[in-house]
Amino acid sequence: MFAVEGLIKIYHTGELEIHALAGVDLALYESELAVLLGPSGSGKSTLLNILGGLDTATAGSAHFRGSEITAMSERELTRYRRDHVGFVFQFYNLIPSLSARENVSLVTEISPNPMKPDEALGLVGLGHRLDHFPAQLSGGEQQRVAIARAIAKRPEVLLCDEPTGALDSKTGVQVLEALTSVNEELGTTTAVITHNVAIADIAHRVFYFGDGKIVRTKINKRRVAPSKVQW
Amino acid sequence: MSTLDKKLLRDVARLWAQALAIALVLASGVTTLILAVGAYRSLEETRSAYYERYRFADIFASAKRAPQFVERQILEIPGVAAAETRISEFALLDIDGMVQPATGVAVSVPDHRDQRLNRIYMREGRLPEPGRIDEVVVNEAFAKAHKFELGSEFHAILNGYKRPLRIVGIALSPEFIYALGPGDLIPDDRRFGVLWMSEKALEAVYDLEGAFNYVSVKLLRNAIEADVIDQLDTLLKRYGGTGAFARKDQQSHAFIDAELKQLKAMAQVIPPIFLLVSAFLINITLSRLIALEREQIGLLKALGYTGLAVSWHYMKLVLIIAIVGIAIGAVAGTWLGQGLTRLYGDFFHFPFLIFQRGVDIYVIAASISLATAAAGGVRGIYAALTLPPAVAMSPPVPTHYAHLAVEKFHIFRHFSQLTVMAVRHIVRWPIRAGLTVLGIAMSGSLLITALFSIDSIDYMIDVVFFQADRQDATVNFSDVRPAEVLQSVEHLPGVLAAEPYRSVSVRLHHGHRQRKLAITGKMPGADLSRVLGRNDVPVALPESGLLVSERVAKLLNLKRGDTVDVEILDASRVRGPLGLKVDPTRLTPDPDVKPEDFKASPVRGNTRRVQIAGIIQSYLGLAVFMDLRALNELLDESPVVSGVHIAIDTNRTDALYRKIKELPAVSAIALQGEALRKFRETLATNIYIMTAVYVVLSVIIAFGVVYNSARIQLSERAREFASLRVLGFSKAEVSHVLLLELALLVAAAVPLAWIIGYGFAWATVQGFESDLYSIPFVIKANTYAFSTLVVLAAAGASALLVRRRIDRLNMIEALKTRE
Ligand SMILES: Nc1ncnc2c1ncn2[C@@H]1O[C@H](COP(=O)(O)OP(=O)(O)O)[C@@H](O)[C@H]1O
Ligand SMILES: [Mg+2]
Repeated sequence: MFAVEGLIKIYHTGELEIHALAGVDLALYESELAVLLGPSGSGKSTLLNILGGLDTATAGSAHFRGSEITAMSERELTRYRRDHVGFVFQFYNLIPSLSARENVSLVTEISPNPMKPDEALGLVGLGHRLDHFPAQLSGGEQQRVAIARAIAKRPEVLLCDEPTGALDSKTGVQVLEALTSVNEELGTTTAVITHNVAIADIAHRVFYFGDGKIVRTKINKRRVAPSKVQW
Repeated sequence: MSTLDKKLLRDVARLWAQALAIALVLASGVTTLILAVGAYRSLEETRSAYYERYRFADIFASAKRAPQFVERQILEIPGVAAAETRISEFALLDIDGMVQPATGVAVSVPDHRDQRLNRIYMREGRLPEPGRIDEVVVNEAFAKAHKFELGSEFHAILNGYKRPLRIVGIALSPEFIYALGPGDLIPDDRRFGVLWMSEKALEAVYDLEGAFNYVSVKLLRNAIEADVIDQLDTLLKRYGGTGAFARKDQQSHAFIDAELKQLKAMAQVIPPIFLLVSAFLINITLSRLIALEREQIGLLKALGYTGLAVSWHYMKLVLIIAIVGIAIGAVAGTWLGQGLTRLYGDFFHFPFLIFQRGVDIYVIAASISLATAAAGGVRGIYAALTLPPAVAMSPPVPTHYAHLAVEKFHIFRHFSQLTVMAVRHIVRWPIRAGLTVLGIAMSGSLLITALFSIDSIDYMIDVVFFQADRQDATVNFSDVRPAEVLQSVEHLPGVLAAEPYRSVSVRLHHGHRQRKLAITGKMPGADLSRVLGRNDVPVALPESGLLVSERVAKLLNLKRGDTVDVEILDASRVRGPLGLKVDPTRLTPDPDVKPEDFKASPVRGNTRRVQIAGIIQSYLGLAVFMDLRALNELLDESPVVSGVHIAIDTNRTDALYRKIKELPAVSAIALQGEALRKFRETLATNIYIMTAVYVVLSVIIAFGVVYNSARIQLSERAREFASLRVLGFSKAEVSHVLLLELALLVAAAVPLAWIIGYGFAWATVQGFESDLYSIPFVIKANTYAFSTLVVLAAAGASALLVRRRIDRLNMIEALKTRE
C-alpha cells in the first residue's frame, strides 16, 4: 500500500539544520496494523505527516498504491487526504466550537462514501455523547471523537500520531480497542505512533525509530488484544 | 446548513465583542463618508433647485438712480436673458420690545405683474397692495425671530421718516437664503429683516418715481459673464452705478457658498481620512485575527478541505464583520446625514429639501471597506494556508528571541524578568508592534482632525473680536458724512470712544487679475478697530499705500512694493456741494436738503495707481486698508467718513440705542457683541454638531482599535501566559506582561498621533478658505490633550477587559488548545 524509499526531511530553524528523517525505507501492506516506536524526536511524526500528505519531503519518495505522494501538487494532496487518509492527532485537534457529531460531519460532508456521524461515534463507543462539545468531554473521549472523525469517511489508511499519548492507561485501552476494531472490521491499513513499548504488541509489525531512521523491524508472531496491554 | 457554516456562526458568536468592535470601527468610517457627502450633496442639490425654481439672478448691480428706460438697454446687452429692476434701500427698524436697533433692507416688488427674477416664495399671506406704504412682506426668519404673525406691526425709518409697517405676508427668497445685516458675520434674524414692499410706494418714499436703483440680470446659457458685467457698468455709470457683480459676490450666495464649501471640505477631506484609517485598522486587525486561526486552518486542510474552501470559510467571517459594519455605517450615515441636512436646511431657510443620496457614495464606501477587510483577511489566511498542514497545526516553534543590544549595559538588571519579557516581545515583532502603534496613533489623530476646527475658530474669534475689531458697535451712515460728525457721535449717550472709517467700493486691477472689494480707510492711531500684521500683532497704517490681506495678495498675485490700479466704483453721495449747507455735526434730519443736493463722488470711474505698502492678516473678507486721510485724498474728497466704530458704556446702552433709532443719518448699526454671540451660536449648531459626530466616531474607532489590539495580543500569547501561571506567577504578574506591553505601545502611539493629526488637520484646513473667511490653522494643546486622554481611556478600558480575560484564563485549556 505504501512504498517509501530514501525519504529525507530537513528542517531549517535559524542557523540550525535538523535532519528529522535521514533516509527512511519502508513498505506497508494492505490491512496491516503497524506500530512506529521510538524516542521523542526520532522522526516518527515527520514520516507519518509525509505519508498523510500533511507535509512535504526534502528528498526521496513515498508512493501510495503506485501514486507518488511526494510528487503531488497541493491540489492532489488535498484530494488524497480527503479521499484516502484518516488522521488522528496526539492533541485530538477537535474544533472547539463544534459538537462531537459536528466534528465528525465536518469530514463526512466532503467524503465520497462516508458513514453516518452517529455510526462512526457508535463504533468508538460514544453514541451517547453526540451533542457534547469538546470542552465537555474527557481527553479519552475527545480522542475517540477524533478517531470517529478519521474513520467516518471509511479511509483506506488510518494514521495515528500518539493517539494515547495524552491519556491514562484505561482510556488509552479504549482508544486502542477502537483502532483495532476498525482495522479488523473495515480492513483499514493503520499506522500508530507511540513511544510506549507495551503498545507495540497489538501490531502486526513494529518499526523501531532512532535518529531519523528505522533501526529495526519486528513481526509480531502473536498479537495481544488491547485489553491485555498494560502501562 | 453545512457543518463549516455552523462553525462560522459559532465563531461569530464567540468573537462577538471583537467582531462588533471591528464592525463599529468600519461603520464609523462609512458613516462619516455617507453623512458628510450626503448632507453636502443634498444641500447643494436643494440650493440649485431653489435657485432654478425661483429664478435666482446671475448678475446684480446697484445705482443711485437709473431711469426706467435703462431696463430696455440692459435687455439689449448680448447674453442677457431677463432683467428685473427695483428699489432696494437699507433702513433702520424700530421694533417694540427690542432695545437694540435692527436693520432691514426694503426691496420693491412689482405692483401689477409677477416678479421675473429672485421670486419670493410666499409662506403665508399676500403681497402688499399696490401703492400701500404701510404693508410689508417680511422674510420668515425675521418673522419667527420676533414671533411676528400676519397683522403684526413694527416701525421702519424710511428715507428719514419713521413709518409704521403691517405684515401682510411672510416669505422666503433665494436672494436672502443667508440674510445678513451690514457688518454682521453671521445672520442674526432678530436684527436683520428683508422688507418686500410695493414698488409704487417705495418709489414715492425714496423719490425714485420712474427710476430704479437695483437691477438683477439672468444670463443666457452661453453668455460671457465678464462682458455683461462690463457693459452693465458702462451703462449704469452715469446713473451712479457702484459696479455690477456676479453671483459669487452676492452676499447671500457667497456666504452659503462658503458654508457649503466648508461642508464640502469636511466631506472631502475628513471622511476619506476616517474611512481609509478605519479600513487600514480593519485590515491589520482582521489579518491578525485570522492568523490566530492558523491551527484550525491547518486542521481543516489536513481533513481534506481545499485551500479555497478554507479560505472562503474564513473569508465569510471577515465579510460578515465587514457587511455588518457597512450596514451599520450606511444606516447611521443616512440618518445622521438627513439630520444634518435638516439642520442646515433650517439654518438656510430653504422652502424645501431634496435629499440626495447617490448610490455611488454607498458603493464607494462599501467597496473600500469590503476590499480592505477582505485584503486583511486574505493576508491572514494566506499566511496559514501556505504552510503544510502539519506545520500549521503544531504549536508555533518557540520564537527565536535574542538579547537586546542594550542589555549589554545591564539596564534590565533593575527590571523584573516579566518586564524584560514584554520589551523583548515588542522588539521581536517590530512590524507587528509598529502596526499596532500606527493603528492606535491613527485613531488618536482622527480626534485631532475632528477637533482642531474648533480651536481654529476660537482663535479666529479671539483675533477678530478681541485683537482686531474691538469696538462694541459700528454705526453706518446712509451717506458719507464730513469728518466732523465724529464729535456728534462722541456726544451720544454712553459713547466712550469713537473712531471714524471710510469704506470705498473699488475694483483692484493687477496685471490681468482683478477683484471687486472695499478699501477701508482708518485713522492712523486707531485703537478700537486695528489692523493686524501677519503674526496677528497690530501694525501701524503707513501714510500712503495699501495694506492688503494675504487672501487678496494671493488672488491678485501681489507682493509688497507692487502697484495696483484702483478703479473707483464708489458713488457715495457727499452731503452738500462740498461747501456744506448744514451743520456738519448734526445727525438729525435736515428737511431743507433735497436729493439734488447729493453730489456723486467726483472721481467715480477714475482709476488711480497705488502702491502695496504691506501684506497683513485678516480672516474675514477681502480686507484692504489705507490711511483715512490718504484715502480721502485718493478720492479727491474733503475729509469724510462712512461710519464710526464706537466703544460703549455698557450701563448706558439702552439710552444709546434709543437715541440711535431716532437718527435717520444712521442706516445700520452692527453690534459686535451680538455678532459674536450669534457667531458662536451658529457655530454651536453647525460646526460643533459636525465635530461632535466626528469626535464620537473617532472615540469608537480609538476604542475598537485598542481593544482589538489587546485582545489579539492576548490570544497570540495565551499559551505563554498559561505557562507562566503554571510556573506559579500570579494573575497580576501575568497581566503585567501584557499590560506593560500595551502601555509601551500606547505611549509610542501618542506622539505619533499628534504628528499624524497635525498633518490631517492641515490637509483639512486647506479646503476651508474662501473669499469670506480664511480659517487660521491652530491646534491648541487642549486638543492634543483630549485626543491623548481618549486614547488612554480606550487603552485603560481595554486593559481592564483584557485583564478580566487573563484572570479567567484556563491554564490547562490554554496549554492544550488555543482559546
Ligand atoms: N516544524 C518543525 N520545525 C523544525 N524542526 C522540527 C519541526 N517538526 C519537527 N522538528 C524536528 O524534527 C525532529 C523529528 O521530529 P518528530 O518527527 O516530531 O519526532 P517524533 O515524532 O519522533 O517525536 C525533531 O528533532 C524535531 O525537533
Ligand atoms: Mg511526534
